[in-house]
Amino acid sequence: MILPKKAALLAVSAVLLFSGCLPPASSRRTISLSGSASMEQVLRALGEDFTARTGISVEAQFGGSSQGIRDAAEGKADIGCTSRALTAQEQEILEAIPVASDYIIPIVHPDNPVPSLTLRQLSGLYTGEIRNWAEVGGTDSPVVAIGRDAASGTRAAFEELLGVSGQCLYAQEKDSAGGIRIAVETTPGAIGYVSLEAAEEGGKIKRLPLNGEDGEVTLSRLFFMAVPRGKALRDDVREFLDYVHSEEGQDVVRSQKLGAVE
Amino acid sequence: MMHKSSSLSAKRYRLSDSLMYWLFTFCGISAVASVLGIAGYLIWAGIPAIREIGLTHFLFGTSWRPTGPEPSFGILPMILSSLTGTALSISIALPLGVLTAVFMLESPPPVCQILRPLVELMAGIPSVIYGMVGSFLLVPAVGRLENLLFRGNKSHIFTGGANLLSASVILAVMILPTIIHTSELSLGAVPQELREASVALGATEPETMFHTVIPAALQGILSGAVLGIGRAMGEAMAVMMVSGNAVNLPLPFNSVRLLAGGIATEMSYSEGLHRKALFSVGLILFVLLLLVGLLPEMFLKPKGGGKHI
Repeated sequence: MILPKKAALLAVSAVLLFSGCLPPASSRRTISLSGSASMEQVLRALGEDFTARTGISVEAQFGGSSQGIRDAAEGKADIGCTSRALTAQEQEILEAIPVASDYIIPIVHPDNPVPSLTLRQLSGLYTGEIRNWAEVGGTDSPVVAIGRDAASGTRAAFEELLGVSGQCLYAQEKDSAGGIRIAVETTPGAIGYVSLEAAEEGGKIKRLPLNGEDGEVTLSRLFFMAVPRGKALRDDVREFLDYVHSEEGQDVVRSQKLGAVE
Repeated sequence: MMHKSSSLSAKRYRLSDSLMYWLFTFCGISAVASVLGIAGYLIWAGIPAIREIGLTHFLFGTSWRPTGPEPSFGILPMILSSLTGTALSISIALPLGVLTAVFMLESPPPVCQILRPLVELMAGIPSVIYGMVGSFLLVPAVGRLENLLFRGNKSHIFTGGANLLSASVILAVMILPTIIHTSELSLGAVPQELREASVALGATEPETMFHTVIPAALQGILSGAVLGIGRAMGEAMAVMMVSGNAVNLPLPFNSVRLLAGGIATEMSYSEGLHRKALFSVGLILFVLLLLVGLLPEMFLKPKGGGKHI
């Protein structure tokens, strides 16, 4: 008869439709991280190593530093990972623990003969004071200043470290370190800034050392993990944080081309 | 028995009939509901920021500095860049596309058999591929042109080739297949009698094509152009990779940010009013697309193209 067949079909569809409503299988302990995409590689490395050692799984999402801070404050994530310092308001709810330091490296097109720059010159290149490479010891060619978009933590850190926040005139704004790298590779006269791991020299780009008063300087900023202030941490979260600060954790940090803390 | 089975079969027929009716109605409603849902969501999500920023300051402000001590949310440069970029791209793609369609129509079938699949292939290439090819081939070339044209110029901010010109060229290439396809269809639909009449009156083949056939096919060609304009205004990925993405007023060798790219660039890291403002940008883009779609309708109808005596 037709009716039982239709009923069976309806029953199967209903089961399939509502199977998505089952509770997640992994209601075992999982540590959830949320935050800066600049920290993606080091967080993944730390997470994988931690899981291998303890069996506790670590999940991460990368919606940006501000998103991570918000998630940690609202309890949607266990730890908020941020590449910028917390504002005074955020510090009332969260405590930021430094876990690694990131280096911001200026890169230029490989044909650029300039050997190094002072911090002053680097600022000038980005604010538009210096428009031609000849002014800093290069060839007579125009400067193409490339950076990140306005919402990027890397850009905020770069501009703040040089003291030129909000004053930079960008020729191009890219939405990722990879985008900056590609633009610098293909544009003669370009200069960009990326995290150390995106500044791998491979003939396509050239790293530019910076000179301060006493020798070479590197622009660096801290990566933080933010947890709710005042509340007791869950055991596995505390274990993860201890691991990150341990020798093993800091080895992983170093293997990702970042600086260790303390 | 006969009576029973016929009444049973009559009932079955009506049940599946009305089931099908409701199924199709549901499909139709889903389609309309999706569009209305998107429009409604954009309005709901986009209005708060516009109210907070002020409509005139939002639409006509020239400074887009969403992060920083005194945020400013003026999107006029982005609106103008989108309009200019789209206008430039359609002015390249329309003549090129129509003439290609003419060529395809007037050529022997073997040529068509090669060209048509190629055009369809072009239409299927993902935007990000266009963006990549643009970054690696077009942008350096435009950069060299820029260095040539602005040599010694102290006030120009050199973009290295990622500027409005590159964006327009890439958009033109992306909308070309649409224009070629619709133009070919429209031109092919023009009745043979029209051509024969034109030739009988002494016109040459080119004269026939340009003075009779193309005007007769104008409505179809223009509707293809509208499709192309819609695609150009909404394209984010490829444009972001070649337009430079700094917020400036649209000059050919300025680094510019178009509306769609503007949303995509900053969406992931934005928060608070900045994020709400990006939704408002989406709303404005949606309104512009509606206008682009509706205006030609208002202008084409009275002309009534395609009629012949």
